[in-house]
Amino acid sequence: MTLAISDLKVSLGGKEVLRGVDLELRAGRVHGLAGESGSGKTMTGLAVLGLLPHGARVSGRITLGERDLLAMTPRQLNAVRGGEVAMVFQDPATSLHPMLTIGRQLTEHMRHHLRLDRRQAQARAADLLRQVRIPGAEEALGRYPHQFSGGMRQRIAIAVALACSPKVLIADEPTTALDVTVQAGILRLLRGLCDDLDLAVLLVTHDLGVMSAVADEVSVMRDGVVVETGPRAQVLRDPAHPYTRALLDSLPGETS
Amino acid sequence: MSIKRPPATGDDPKAARREPGRRGARSPLARFLVRRVLTALLLAVGITLVTFVLTNLVPGDPVAANLGQRALGDPAIVAQWRTEHGLDKPLPEQYLLHLRGVVQGDLGTSQQSHRPVMDDLADSVPATLELAGAAILVSIVVGVAFGVVAALRRDRLSDHVLRVLSLFGISVPTFWLALTAFYVLFYRLQIAPGSGRIDPGLTPPPHVTGLYTLDAALAGQWDVFSSAVGHLATPALVLALYTIGLLTRFTRSAVLEVLGQDHVRAGRAKGLPPRVILFRYVLRPALVPVITVAGLAFGSLLSGTVLVEAIFAWPGVGQYAYKSATTLDLPAVMGVGLVVGGVYLVINLIVDVLYGVIDPRVRLS
Repeated sequence: MTLAISDLKVSLGGKEVLRGVDLELRAGRVHGLAGESGSGKTMTGLAVLGLLPHGARVSGRITLGERDLLAMTPRQLNAVRGGEVAMVFQDPATSLHPMLTIGRQLTEHMRHHLRLDRRQAQARAADLLRQVRIPGAEEALGRYPHQFSGGMRQRIAIAVALACSPKVLIADEPTTALDVTVQAGILRLLRGLCDDLDLAVLLVTHDLGVMSAVADEVSVMRDGVVVETGPRAQVLRDPAHPYTRALLDSLPGETS
Repeated sequence: MSIKRPPATGDDPKAARREPGRRGARSPLARFLVRRVLTALLLAVGITLVTFVLTNLVPGDPVAANLGQRALGDPAIVAQWRTEHGLDKPLPEQYLLHLRGVVQGDLGTSQQSHRPVMDDLADSVPATLELAGAAILVSIVVGVAFGVVAALRRDRLSDHVLRVLSLFGISVPTFWLALTAFYVLFYRLQIAPGSGRIDPGLTPPPHVTGLYTLDAALAGQWDVFSSAVGHLATPALVLALYTIGLLTRFTRSAVLEVLGQDHVRAGRAKGLPPRVILFRYVLRPALVPVITVAGLAFGSLLSGTVLVEAIFAWPGVGQYAYKSATTLDLPAVMGVGLVVGGVYLVINLIVDVLYGVIDPRVRLS
């Protein structure tokens, strides 16, 4: 399924933070969204899920298949969230509920969206943990987030996102809060899941290194608009926009 | 502090509970509980010492307070009275005797009522517990509900109205409120019953817990029940107003803080129903600081009962404490001190246990 964002505008408190964003995510492809902080990358991701801060004004179209997410009622949107479109957040130390077991966090939305009973949900939760390579999956279900390392937690957060077999996964800086040594593992996992499950992935990151490792397409944002979009090799090796070039030049130890 | 075990044998509370025979394999919650209860016992001994020392430091001679002018002039009577009440022995010995008594459930004899202090307390403590318990229950339910509404409707009219109400509750002195409520509701509007725990024409329900509302309900005496609830309502609300204000403010800020946290946004991203987000994702973490404040508030509520009981002629510990303190009835004063200290201990224990129940990080660390 395709998720297409066209002419997405968001204003917050009178200030326009997105000024007409166009993006297209396709199944089985990782779409990297780069740009400096404040350029509107995260806002774009949140807008897809309808999770913008209170009082935000939105216009444009976000279509999932044939349906416009922006035209949906809160109830309809809630059925899409966590179901067809899922999200992984930056810091797994805070994005997982600290007081609920991993099992609960993996199963609560499954039971809600997929109407599974407890036993079915538990079995699927254990499968998901194996899929993201958490050792001792059955036993891990009864444990709490603080009993896992950062990399493990992000794997768990990814498993939570995958629980209801989404078609689109929005990953907002999923490796930024992690040690460099575990970043590669998480990126490989995301790439593998994208290929195996035919997911359309939006990978939001300010790290062009991360981007070059996994993205198929790359879009570069600045000041609330996408300034350049294209296949990874083209955008990263032969940038057309001066801002992309400036971003690339700012990478340490790399000269183009 | 427990030693971190390898994950294979498990910090999993359920796994541990399944193997009760293994050494040290009790569930983390049970271990947490045992630790808290042991600390509480130590504190209890401390409380007996503190009440004893403080009571004996009071400047004033219980002999002068209890014997008449003429008797005071006769050294033989004074000496006899002192021996009778154990006041001729050295203080450490008096303390040990007192401690032995406490353990055996003997708090001495009140010099005023000439009854065992234990019996006096058995009459007055349930009355106060009923009053303070009703007040704290109402405070928690109303205060938390108000706080949640204020936070969810931040900076809107309902938030402003609740802010004014809670500030009123916090700043108005309890005794003034009690007098005003009594005057307006009973004397002027005549919608509240008068003083005491039930209407004078009724007989108290058969004693089970000492709480009239509960005992009446247990006995099925619904006329007594409604009278008891009616008499309880005004003083309990007067007492509760302060804690309602306090809990409204604390719940509001706690909920606002949690609302801004990542896991709430992540919960929304999972498409959970708003009700689940509110209770499981927002309220549960927000309750941790609220419980702390509620525990502390119960303490201030207990001290508030002295005034409220006096104004509503509520035959509770507050009145008993006042009477014993003014007559230097030392055994009674110590008894009250012990009871109040004990109540604090129990409240603290409950608060600690609730922490552990709500937040796994507390019981697993």
